[in-house]
Amino acid sequence: MMLDTLFAPLRKLGHSTINAIWKLGVMSRFLLSILTHSGQSLLRFQLTIREVYFAGVLSLIIIVVSGLFVGMVLGLQGYNTLSRFGSADALGALVALSLLRELGPVLAALLFASRSGSAMTAEIGLMKATEQLEAMSVMAVDPVARVVAPRFWAGVISMPILAALFNVMGIFGGYLVGVVMIGLDEGTFWSQMQNNVDLHFDVVNGLIKSLFFGIAVTLIAVFEGFDATPTAAGVSSATTRTVVTSALVILALDFVLTAFMF
Amino acid sequence: MQNDSFIEFKHVSFGYGDRLILQDISLKIGRGQLVAIMGGSGSGKTTLLRLIAGQIRAQQGQVLVDGRDVGRMNQRELYQHRRRMGMLFQFGALFTDLSVFDNVAFPIREHTSLSTEMVRDLVLMKLHAVGLRGTESLMPAELSGGMARRIALARAIALDPQIMLYDEPFTGLDPISLATIALLIKKLSDALGTSAVMVTHDVHKSLEIVDYVYFIAGGKIAAAGTPDEVRASDSPWVHQFVHGEADGPVHFAYPAQQSLAGSFGLEGA
Ligand SMILES: Nc1ncnc2c1ncn2[C@@H]1O[C@H](COP(=O)(O)OP(=O)(O)OP(=O)(O)O)[C@@H](O)[C@H]1O
Ligand SMILES: [Mg+2]
Repeated sequence: MMLDTLFAPLRKLGHSTINAIWKLGVMSRFLLSILTHSGQSLLRFQLTIREVYFAGVLSLIIIVVSGLFVGMVLGLQGYNTLSRFGSADALGALVALSLLRELGPVLAALLFASRSGSAMTAEIGLMKATEQLEAMSVMAVDPVARVVAPRFWAGVISMPILAALFNVMGIFGGYLVGVVMIGLDEGTFWSQMQNNVDLHFDVVNGLIKSLFFGIAVTLIAVFEGFDATPTAAGVSSATTRTVVTSALVILALDFVLTAFMF
Repeated sequence: MQNDSFIEFKHVSFGYGDRLILQDISLKIGRGQLVAIMGGSGSGKTTLLRLIAGQIRAQQGQVLVDGRDVGRMNQRELYQHRRRMGMLFQFGALFTDLSVFDNVAFPIREHTSLSTEMVRDLVLMKLHAVGLRGTESLMPAELSGGMARRIALARAIALDPQIMLYDEPFTGLDPISLATIALLIKKLSDALGTSAVMVTHDVHKSLEIVDYVYFIAGGKIAAAGTPDEVRASDSPWVHQFVHGEADGPVHFAYPAQQSLAGSFGLEGA
């Protein structure tokens, strides 16, 4: 009895570790199954387009507004710090580099996970809870091919585009604060940016990051939905898991990718 | 009963976990026959349909459809089997993000390459058959329970399947719709030669249309016979069912299977 209570936390740790690894394995197999069932989402591309609308287009507002504010904050904070060292001229470069390399991909992915990822999980989870997925499979239509794969590809396509939009809005926000509000020289702002931003190194790497985030977030979202316990409580906890797991994975993945890229 | 059986259960047993639901069930359904399955709530009727559809596999015995064991089919064979099968789910299971029209059109669009006009004609015809023409632009959330069930029926018969599985097609229908749907089910079997299994609680209506009845109780087939035999039967099972009596061989309570120790979490301690 004594030993039991002593080892309980240890056992719990071991249990959750095994669970996490188990889940990773199941998820990899799920990804494989999505890839082998992707024929329809590519051949009947309108299925995927429809999901791009739900995943991507409906996230536009939140991405545009957040991008603008993040850029404006960067402008203010950057100006404060840079002017202390007498290099306020470099504001354009600072705003652009922070956004392209880090903030754009990461924040857009976090927003995407909470706006579209959670919606995907809830939708698929509810379809499961109301026997819709089962009805589909009884009609000889594979739910992975018909429901999961189009959403997966829609997420993978949308994410880099949303991140790029976030960057553009952020840079515009930085311009508003730096040039319009504070009154820095417009020419310097843009030329500093042009001189310091490298197409391959900064822009492409940023987009590659967001592509990885898109794959990770969408995979988590569709997996959690498909794997949800088919009850109201099950769907709600699956939705929460999508947002939490996505956030952790995005940040961890960002560290790994950054270490390799820059 | 007949030699030319299309669906056949041979000594089938099935359980969820440790709890055995069906025990050593053997039954036959002939080509073009309409067979009713009756039994108390939780007696395993839906489970029996799921075995035919291949959603679950028998732990013992064989479920033969056209001579092939559903439990042994791989994913591809299973989908082939299901393409000639229609199933009405107990709770409808309409796709909530699609309109009524798109729901009924779903199997047609997925499995055929008919033109838009042909799909349209087919869908309207099926909606007409269930008496709901004019609802095609509604969403499932805008339907009543009985309407949703009839739309689900229209979707299930969209491709004129060879096998139909109906899980309680009459529940929640007013007397007129009920008569319409009963006639439709009868017509499908008579005119198209569809072999059909119908789970139902409506004893009187179903005795009018079916060819054969199986009663399930306690995981076994408690009684079976043609409608005439059922009406004339003096078996207590059948009597209780046909006359809807609370007291009799069928017990109302859920069978308690856990031991007392189990309920207190003491088992294996
Ligand atoms: N997924 C499942 N997991 C565990 N047990 C289940 C599951 N589905 C059904 N059961 C159990 O199997 C038994 C038979 O269920 P089934 O759905 O076949 O009953 P039924 O005869 O269709 O009842 P009803 O007339 O109420 O629809 C029930 O006692 C139920 O508790
Ligand atoms: Mg049932």
